[in-house]
Amino acid sequence: MPREKILFAGGGTTKSWKVLLALRILAFIATLAAAIVMGLNKETKTLVVATIGTVPIKATLTAKFQDTPAFVFFVIANAMVSFHNLLMIALQIFSRKLEYKGFRLLSVAILDMLNATLVSAAANAAVFIAELGKNGNKHAKWNKVCDRFSIYCDHGRGALIAAFSGVILMLLVSAVSISRLSIYSNKSSTSTAAAVASP
Amino acid sequence: MAKLTKRIGALVLRLAAFGAALAALIVMVTSRERASFFAVSLEAKYTDMAAFKYFVIANAVVSVYSFLVLFLPKESLLWKFVVVLDLLMTMLLTSSISAALAVAQVGKKGNANAGWLPICGQVPKFCDQVTGALIAGFVALVLYVLLLLYSLHSVVDPFLLQKS
Repeated sequence: MPREKILFAGGGTTKSWKVLLALRILAFIATLAAAIVMGLNKETKTLVVATIGTVPIKATLTAKFQDTPAFVFFVIANAMVSFHNLLMIALQIFSRKLEYKGFRLLSVAILDMLNATLVSAAANAAVFIAELGKNGNKHAKWNKVCDRFSIYCDHGRGALIAAFSGVILMLLVSAVSISRLSIYSNKSSTSTAAAVASP
Repeated sequence: MAKLTKRIGALVLRLAAFGAALAALIVMVTSRERASFFAVSLEAKYTDMAAFKYFVIANAVVSVYSFLVLFLPKESLLWKFVVVLDLLMTMLLTSSISAALAVAQVGKKGNANAGWLPICGQVPKFCDQVTGALIAGFVALVLYVLLLLYSLHSVVDPFLLQKS
């Protein structure tokens, strides 16, 4: 049974380990990029607010991400998910022997699922608020923001694209973690059953 | 016998999740209010905001999916897909609730920096119904997380949890 020998000797040689590591690195990069780009998103502009007679009154307005709670949630959630991915990458690389001990595979699978839902919630909230900023809303009489602060909107768009690719990658990571969990538990149950059956 | 009670428990949970998602859908769709002041008539309905439309669509998808899985026989090979689909539905639910909540928060408090005024003062009943739909959606989400953990437990061999 060469496959079982490899499985019980520790990770690092199976194909799913390599696929998982690659996916995790990509997800880490994507969510970190999203958090950083949105976190540094700020634009200051001097606009003419009103005109008294012939003298235009200028006001300096700043668009920053802290204005909108959805964007604050976006930055925090993406930072958390990228930290989770970093932790899991470190765990995968540095402790291959303890891969199959106890609840480790189960807790990794559950944490991956929770983080996938977290990043999807953050990305979605931010995209709907960004759509409001881009198109405005006639019914609620909310005017557009993007025609005046175009650099702010461009950076936000880039962060959102990174976050959505992070969502897809986290979904794939969760799927691979769940399949590793099921492969290992099926293998261990059949091997133990075989050991019990043949004394 | 324990297996039967577990299976009945899972069915009850899925029925409850189906009911909660359906309730969220119905409450959001029937939220509509007309307010008029100074001969200007303002009607607020859920189609005004894209996030509320997405909330309705997501809850509809989740309701239909839960209804279909209720009838899945126990020994079917499709249970492995049910785990990943449950995860997908949970992600859909969280994203819809979070989007609707973000937009509803702007509607309630406004956004001073963007010059967006809150609208809840003019259409309070609409705001209350949207809040009710969001609470029902949150209940559906909690039930779906439990269902996800249960599907994971039933697909992956339970032997894993008995291992020391």
